[in-house]
Amino acid sequence: MQLSTKHLLGIKDLSAEDISLILATASQFKEVLQRPVKKVPSLRDITIVNLFYENSTRTRISFELAEKRLSADSINFSASASSVSKGETLLDTVNNILSMKVDMVVMRHSASGAPHFLAKHIPAAIVNAGDGINEHPTQALLDAFSIQEKIGSLEGKKVLLIGDIMHSRVALSNIYLLKKMGAEVMVAGPPTLIPTYIKEALQVKVEYNLKKALQWCDVANVLRIQLERQNQVLFSSLREYNLAYGVSKKLLDGLQKEIVIMHPGPINRGVEIDSDVADSSQSIILQQVENGVAVRMAVLYLLAGKKAE
Amino acid sequence: MKTILDKRQLHLTILRLAHQLLENHLQLDEVVFIGLQPRGVQISKRIVDNVRNLCKGENVQYGILDITFYRDDVRKELHIANTTDIPFSIEGKVVILIDDVLYTGRTIRAALDALQDFGRPKKIELCVLVDRRFNRELPIQPDYCGKSIDTSYSQKVKVEWEKEEVVLY
Repeated sequence: MQLSTKHLLGIKDLSAEDISLILATASQFKEVLQRPVKKVPSLRDITIVNLFYENSTRTRISFELAEKRLSADSINFSASASSVSKGETLLDTVNNILSMKVDMVVMRHSASGAPHFLAKHIPAAIVNAGDGINEHPTQALLDAFSIQEKIGSLEGKKVLLIGDIMHSRVALSNIYLLKKMGAEVMVAGPPTLIPTYIKEALQVKVEYNLKKALQWCDVANVLRIQLERQNQVLFSSLREYNLAYGVSKKLLDGLQKEIVIMHPGPINRGVEIDSDVADSSQSIILQQVENGVAVRMAVLYLLAGKKAE
Repeated sequence: MKTILDKRQLHLTILRLAHQLLENHLQLDEVVFIGLQPRGVQISKRIVDNVRNLCKGENVQYGILDITFYRDDVRKELHIANTTDIPFSIEGKVVILIDDVLYTGRTIRAALDALQDFGRPKKIELCVLVDRRFNRELPIQPDYCGKSIDTSYSQKVKVEWEKEEVVLY
């Protein structure tokens, strides 16, 4: 058994079997991370470059740690501190790096489709660490892993995505993944932040009333308002957004059940989620971060093994 | 196809291995048993069950180890990992590593690497059901062996747990 794809560009390209394989392998790596020595020699002879054309804390550290735990050699590259500022193109930069015998590329880029473009032009395996408003596949995989760990199989579970659905790559990857694994998906948020075609195009439920949406779900994944990607005014103020769509303790206490709260980070406390919710026992936000390393180890391991063909 | 051990012989051999292990280790609290995934799990369970039967009341520690991430051929072929479950410390303990068939020795080499990541055992011993003694590619020998056989590389040895026999084909 192995992955059906050579790259991880998006969840869109994966089959349900691929997803199950990644999640199963991730749980083996999670066990590795509990050992006295949290490191295996699997990718000893693999070199990976982390190309970050956009800022990142969690994803970048998580990938770096995953690579180190697999004994891969890794190189870090951030656009701001490189020759990109001198005008070098993406393809030139990557080809120059690859000529130094690099096997895999982990890339984050603000342009949607940047990793897909690279995949057409270079021989190395590419892992998308977030491209514009398109996909963030490893985030969706670690979200799925965390849900499974908390409440069992994804099949038939009701998952709610709240907030800036329009600009969130986490939302799109999550929707693809959850649908493929048989979960029910609902999106909630202000109408200006939810694409009008989403219901038909992606077969998800749409709800504009947060309380009703929360009452429906088993798991609520609260997304960050992507102010950096909004080039027009889509809601009047952050305070008003918080009043209408912020997940508060009071709102959760008013539900007839206890739901699981997730957030991909970085959190804007007091905007999309209140502090007492983010830090509550219902929240698995830090478990998501922990699971991120195991999931990324699984992705890198499975793609590196694939490379030899 | 040739039967190497039939059902009765297999039972007796497993019982003998359990006796030998006990003979050499009177203090079981210093010993841990670890079966290797995937094919060493059945045989190690059987041996540990026999050990538990022979010394009732004593705490026999048993875990399973998967060596997929320690293989030396990641680039050649992708292997899917199995569960590792070692719910105790191996620090300072005598580890009895158990597998079904000892062939090239590469699995055991990987297992020795893997064990290091769980601590520093006092000693590691190897117990196998079948030793294909002339096919070794590394200097690794068993301490306890159910049956030694001479085979060529083209042959296969398989433990059929449904029929409870070991066959060569």
